[in-house]
Amino acid sequence: MDRRDSLKSLLVGSVAGGMLVTGCAPETKTPHVAPEIQDLPGYGRNEKEKAHDREVLAEEFLTEYELETIAVLVDLILPANAEFGSASDAGVVDFIEFIVKDMPNNQLPIRGGLAWLDIHSNKLHNKVFKDLSVEEQKAICDSIAFPGKTAPELIHGEKFFTRMRNLTMTGYFTSEMGIKDLGYKGNTPGVWDGIPEDVLAEHDVDYDPEWIAKCVDQSKRMDIAEWDEDGNLLT
Amino acid sequence: MQIIESAKTFDVAIVGSGAGGGMATKILSEAGFDVAVLEAGPHFDPQKEEDRNQLRWPWESPRRGASSNRRSFGDFDAAYGGWNIEGEPYTTEPGTRFAWFRSRMLGGRTNHWGRISLRFGPLDFKRKSVDGLGDNWPIGYEDVKPYYDKVDKLIGVFGTKENIPNEPDGFFLPPPKPRLHELYYVKAARKSGIPVIPSRLSILTKRINNQRGSCFYCGQCNRACSAYADFSAGTCLIFPAQRGGGKVQLFTNAMVREVTTDKNGKATGVNYINKEDRKEYHLKAKVVVMAASACSTARILLNSKSSVHQDGLGNSSGLVGRYLHDSTGASRSVFIPQLMDRKIYNEDGTGGMHVYTPWWLNDKKLDFPRGYHIEVWGGMGMPSYGFGFNPNDLNKVTGGTIGGYGDSLRQDVKKYYGAVMGISGRGESVPQRDNFCEIDNNTVDEWGIPVLKFNYKWTEHEVRQAKHMQDTFEQVLEATGGILLGDKPGADRDYGLTAPGEIIHEVGTTRMGNDKRDSVTNKYNQLHDCENVFVMDAGPFVSQADKNPTWTILALAWRASDYLVEQVKQRNI
Repeated sequence: MDRRDSLKSLLVGSVAGGMLVTGCAPETKTPHVAPEIQDLPGYGRNEKEKAHDREVLAEEFLTEYELETIAVLVDLILPANAEFGSASDAGVVDFIEFIVKDMPNNQLPIRGGLAWLDIHSNKLHNKVFKDLSVEEQKAICDSIAFPGKTAPELIHGEKFFTRMRNLTMTGYFTSEMGIKDLGYKGNTPGVWDGIPEDVLAEHDVDYDPEWIAKCVDQSKRMDIAEWDEDGNLLT
Repeated sequence: MQIIESAKTFDVAIVGSGAGGGMATKILSEAGFDVAVLEAGPHFDPQKEEDRNQLRWPWESPRRGASSNRRSFGDFDAAYGGWNIEGEPYTTEPGTRFAWFRSRMLGGRTNHWGRISLRFGPLDFKRKSVDGLGDNWPIGYEDVKPYYDKVDKLIGVFGTKENIPNEPDGFFLPPPKPRLHELYYVKAARKSGIPVIPSRLSILTKRINNQRGSCFYCGQCNRACSAYADFSAGTCLIFPAQRGGGKVQLFTNAMVREVTTDKNGKATGVNYINKEDRKEYHLKAKVVVMAASACSTARILLNSKSSVHQDGLGNSSGLVGRYLHDSTGASRSVFIPQLMDRKIYNEDGTGGMHVYTPWWLNDKKLDFPRGYHIEVWGGMGMPSYGFGFNPNDLNKVTGGTIGGYGDSLRQDVKKYYGAVMGISGRGESVPQRDNFCEIDNNTVDEWGIPVLKFNYKWTEHEVRQAKHMQDTFEQVLEATGGILLGDKPGADRDYGLTAPGEIIHEVGTTRMGNDKRDSVTNKYNQLHDCENVFVMDAGPFVSQADKNPTWTILALAWRASDYLVEQVKQRNI
């Protein structure tokens, strides 16, 4: 199974069997939909959107070789640390494989940027980028990763690297691993009852008691609201 | 292909299922009318798993929630469509600008809106009396107040009694406590002499009945609430109307093309295209309620030409489509160093902001008319596509390397997470006869229906208001002790003023008035030219205050529906 097949199996996930029957779905514009492509697990799509996703999943753009180079590059940009995995561990290569098809304005800059990277590597070391030693790869990154400090003749490399850094970082921090790494605590049913006291104590701002007195008493949130004639809440 | 006639004649055909159409559906079906609701998009119910956007993680979307032409505000925003709808274009007159956000689905844009639910105040109905510009409404606050009261109780809105003259209080649920960045705003605004009060959003911090839950604080009202704990027209009006045993028949994917009329000019129903079979149908009805949104309603009326209504239905004044106006908007943001390396906790809260600044300078002489309110944003939100772009740009401010690679990028992202706050002004523009939408004679949509062409330019009133916003933003944000981001937009950029339409408060295309030469509907939203057609979206607004229009659409639709019922009883229609 190559990377692309594994990506498809990942996206199709556990619902592959159940989604085979797509007879009632609208016709897609692509005549040659690969038979193994089914719907993604549901995420609230309407019919037009499902058809779009199906089309995009059936497309191929980046080659195996390009994806291998991307895997090397995104792990240089965001390597594993003691606690968390690397960008590719978090699924960033698969994310980029999809996003260049879904946002086609990435296609030329990324294909061309990867080619630029190999030309530059060949010029320096007579090897393509992914076959260089890590030290050689990092030396090239050092020359294109710092906007404002790039030699004029390498400016195209800088633009490409910035794009790849953005996609890597956003792909990572929107993955399950990245959100755990970030520490985001929400997206779950709960009750907001104000800033934790220890946090408030660290900041030079306070809750105004008069303001707080008007705020919701969370012990009564399930009580049905009733008012007097003047709009004063009774419950 | 011939038009397929409906077998039955409905008492009322309601075109559109958003705020106005939803309210009309509820009130008219409860009055015993046999109601047909026509919606140009599919059914939508956030309680159904297949429609659910709420509580999804970014990785559930292969594009990580990014926006697209299919959903302008991102994969998990509840509004299908947006600035562009495939196959349904609109055009603009060269040299003018207008952005038109449409959402084809049951409930329309109420599924994703900001839930900011402000009453218009006494001054807002009579602005001409204050500044001599535009026109007064034919009604005043006292006419609408009883309906605002009823809307508050039926739908629910949190807020606080503040006794501010032009910001009328209502029947409020208690507000949530402010978040940390909002306290920074409160402190800075007060230091600058600018008031801040709890915001007023139609989100249930307490239950208001047994059909709807109370808010569980995920901060995702824009994704549509599976607990029905915020207002949308489907969950709060149309579904209850159906459950209540009313005679409500929904026609989804039904794109209304025109209102049909008889030889006397009286409406007989509507023609619509069924998007599923692409055939045209005629739905017969004794009364037609237009609630397709201000511009879509204007489009349908202008496309409803007949020997009696030669310039389009309701258009003897020539004003259908005219006086189109949107809110003004401008923004600025600030980086607050004290919020770096924050302790992370769940501060999702309700959707939108917990605090805001109502317009505070009604009594002051300024170089522009009318005012604006200020909204606040920031905090430790859930990442989606775009999060992590330019991960260490703020090193420009704090000193440090920009760009680079390696594990340090992780630390950069975490360091700045939740340390940026922004504020946005939303203001009242002065309606202009020469800002309008009309039928484009060169273009039809994929259903064969002539599309709208927009002609809209801001005047110097709006530009000067945006300048005032920027000066205010600078003053308040500097008072946070933070570092302002980006350059202050100057005259060359119209002070950051948004393009017309971008705030999605477009109103005024069928404005109400007592004189049929100078208005399209009467003060009960009824067409002057056709007594059995009502407009219950924001088309009849004469002016729109700096307040978001939804609460007023709801109140006026209820009021107009009551009037409609009375007129039918008295056999006037």
